[in-house]
Amino acid sequence: MTQPPRLPLDNDVIARARRLAAKAGQPVVDLATSHTTVAVERAMLRLAGLSGADPDGIPWVNRLLDAVRSDVGIAHGAALPVYHALLSEGHQDLTLLAHKAAAGAVKFSIPTGDAAKAARQASKTAVAKGLARVDEGRLQRDRMIAEVGDPPQRPWIYLIVATGDIYEDIPQAQAAARAGADVIAVIRSTGQSLLDYVPEGATREGFAGTYATGENFRLMRAALDETSRELGRYVRLCNYASGLCMPEIAALAGMHRLDMMLNDSMYGILFRDINPIRTFVDQRLSRQIHARAGIIINTGEDNYLTTADAVEAAHTVTVSQLLNEFFAHEAGLPDGLLGLGHAFEINPDLTDSFRMELAHALLARQLFPDCPLKWMPPTRHMTGDVFKGNLLDGFFNLAGAMTGQGILLVGMMTEAVVTPWLSDRDIALQNVRYVLNACGGLIEDFQPPPDGFIARRAQQVLGEAVDLLEKIVDDGLLKAIGDGTFGIMKRPADAGRGLDGVEAHADDYYNPAGELLENDEPATPYSGAE
Amino acid sequence: MSNIVRPYGDTTGDGMVQVSFTLPIPHDKRAEGAAAQLAAKMGLEPAMVVHATQIGASHTFFVVYGKANHLVNLDEVNVVERDYPLLTAKEVNVLVKERMGRKLVVVGACIGTDAHTVGIDAILNIKGFAGEKGLEYYRELKVLNLGAQVAVPDLVNRSIAEKADAVLVSQVVTQRDAHLHNTRELSAAFREALPPDRRPLLIIGGPRFDENMADDLGVDQIFSRGTTPADVASYIAHRLINSKELVA
Repeated sequence: MTQPPRLPLDNDVIARARRLAAKAGQPVVDLATSHTTVAVERAMLRLAGLSGADPDGIPWVNRLLDAVRSDVGIAHGAALPVYHALLSEGHQDLTLLAHKAAAGAVKFSIPTGDAAKAARQASKTAVAKGLARVDEGRLQRDRMIAEVGDPPQRPWIYLIVATGDIYEDIPQAQAAARAGADVIAVIRSTGQSLLDYVPEGATREGFAGTYATGENFRLMRAALDETSRELGRYVRLCNYASGLCMPEIAALAGMHRLDMMLNDSMYGILFRDINPIRTFVDQRLSRQIHARAGIIINTGEDNYLTTADAVEAAHTVTVSQLLNEFFAHEAGLPDGLLGLGHAFEINPDLTDSFRMELAHALLARQLFPDCPLKWMPPTRHMTGDVFKGNLLDGFFNLAGAMTGQGILLVGMMTEAVVTPWLSDRDIALQNVRYVLNACGGLIEDFQPPPDGFIARRAQQVLGEAVDLLEKIVDDGLLKAIGDGTFGIMKRPADAGRGLDGVEAHADDYYNPAGELLENDEPATPYSGAE
Repeated sequence: MSNIVRPYGDTTGDGMVQVSFTLPIPHDKRAEGAAAQLAAKMGLEPAMVVHATQIGASHTFFVVYGKANHLVNLDEVNVVERDYPLLTAKEVNVLVKERMGRKLVVVGACIGTDAHTVGIDAILNIKGFAGEKGLEYYRELKVLNLGAQVAVPDLVNRSIAEKADAVLVSQVVTQRDAHLHNTRELSAAFREALPPDRRPLLIIGGPRFDENMADDLGVDQIFSRGTTPADVASYIAHRLINSKELVA
């Protein structure tokens, strides 16, 4: 649903902010469309149907791509050498080819002329099958929503599950859904973002989270389908397309009908020290896949406020939202799939802290009226004082209701104390239910006076965002990231993890996934969400 | 004044406390009786179960108020004090800026075959651990995280090249005491490469280490389970800045 404007913001300033974001983002898009990465090529192989892992647990996509890379690099794309080998040596399928390649029994080369044409055609046919699976998932979601219905209220209630064991996660997720959760996010094992491969199969041990794998996705989605039917509302499943395997995880999510993915344009750069170019290249393909799959992305602006001050750095959130919007639109994601992030992180001891929270939340609401905004609870100022924490979470919920947020991550009063207990989650949900029941429609009555504190604060933040965008356009986005503009982290473009997996395209670079996603219309228009 | 105290509700000596807990049984009269029984066994008598609510199909949450019949003797309180003050990020930054006049260089790595960077990342990554930001968040620290499976000679060379003031090594997953073996190799390599006055502070962390083994392993400090970035930063600031001043 489109939210009507409630603040007297100058439309020319908003338009200017968007123009600047596009100008700042375009050089990065140019970089993304002229480079490839090992993760992009492995995502293509996954869409082409290659799965499974060797006896040591190294996925066949890694084994095959490593062999290709050592023979011919990835500047031409993996599709040409892989399908040329497949066609010319008469291997039955990718898995057998990967086995042979891993044993060193295949010599890869770049085909030209008719051989190249044949390899392009064969790889395109294979990847189209993977995309058909993605399309089928999207149709299935639409059918299921038509059958059981969407949650009756907004915001959707988003709860986290994280035991490390997928078979423990499943009953916990089902219990959370029965207790009121509309979205279940399975937190990943700490450090998965830094693995340059996606683990295989159902996993039972993780560190403070459960590994994202294709099989874990499948198991959890099947369980939530069962619970959705039982409850009469579609329970969405969320995971993380981030880190070094971002596009591969997006492909697995698309093929296993996940509904939401955390997918920020800069999170990995800033908080995981992943190389900026690697991130932007990986991100573009992952967003194209999400667009195709009808997956709502959640961006990670909330994280900046966990490191920088939420008042001083409020405008960096707006800038990042505008950049995320530009990159998302460029990759084909419509507003309805754009869960831009922001958070309730102002120091509660500050005078007028709640009024400022309302100003920031309304600013985001008005700048992105058709996006399902993701509203994140307080973490930075949560202490062991669980009573105060519960009150703060109540104010967070109230701000969500007053400003029409789309997705509300349930805050836990035991944040920063323990991973949530059963009772913590129950108390947190009670808090949300009370607020939504007492004043869920409050946004209809909430029109701050045009010359009041909230309106002036929102105008000020928007103005600061425009100033910062101007500076970023002058300096270049990569330099701004290198200088520590976001979340105070300095990340130069020539450093960080995963840089050695990036190569500039050769003239004959070919990736059927990129081609199909760039040119094909989705099989059906998106009909869920908003 | 007596050194014996009791909890305080609204009258000195009333012994009143409030607790909440969950039992894995559905809510009925028997469940409330069970909660009262637990309270009694915890030393709360008399106890009032003031709130009970069922969670899901098979659990019940209780809030209980009761009179604790235990006494606390302040003379018998035993606490292990850390031998350095716990500082905030800001305090560490001020110390480094004012006393060192340059960035303090920290190099971190996982050595051996251990690919689990969970520990080193929790301490170094800005994202941090347990709500605390990692050392990358400290403006006056220059942090280099070399990641996993770093060979000891590479770590030594890199530390020398970067003029490291402190070297942090994490060992999470270990078999047959590999963490001890790796750590001895590490300290020996640094001893061989640098004279004592130029050797960086060697700090080891991991859940399997005994914090009392630092001397035996030839390192300066060992951190075990539950260590936060502030513990490590405070220790480094204390050893490199505060204590040096005392000597000078």
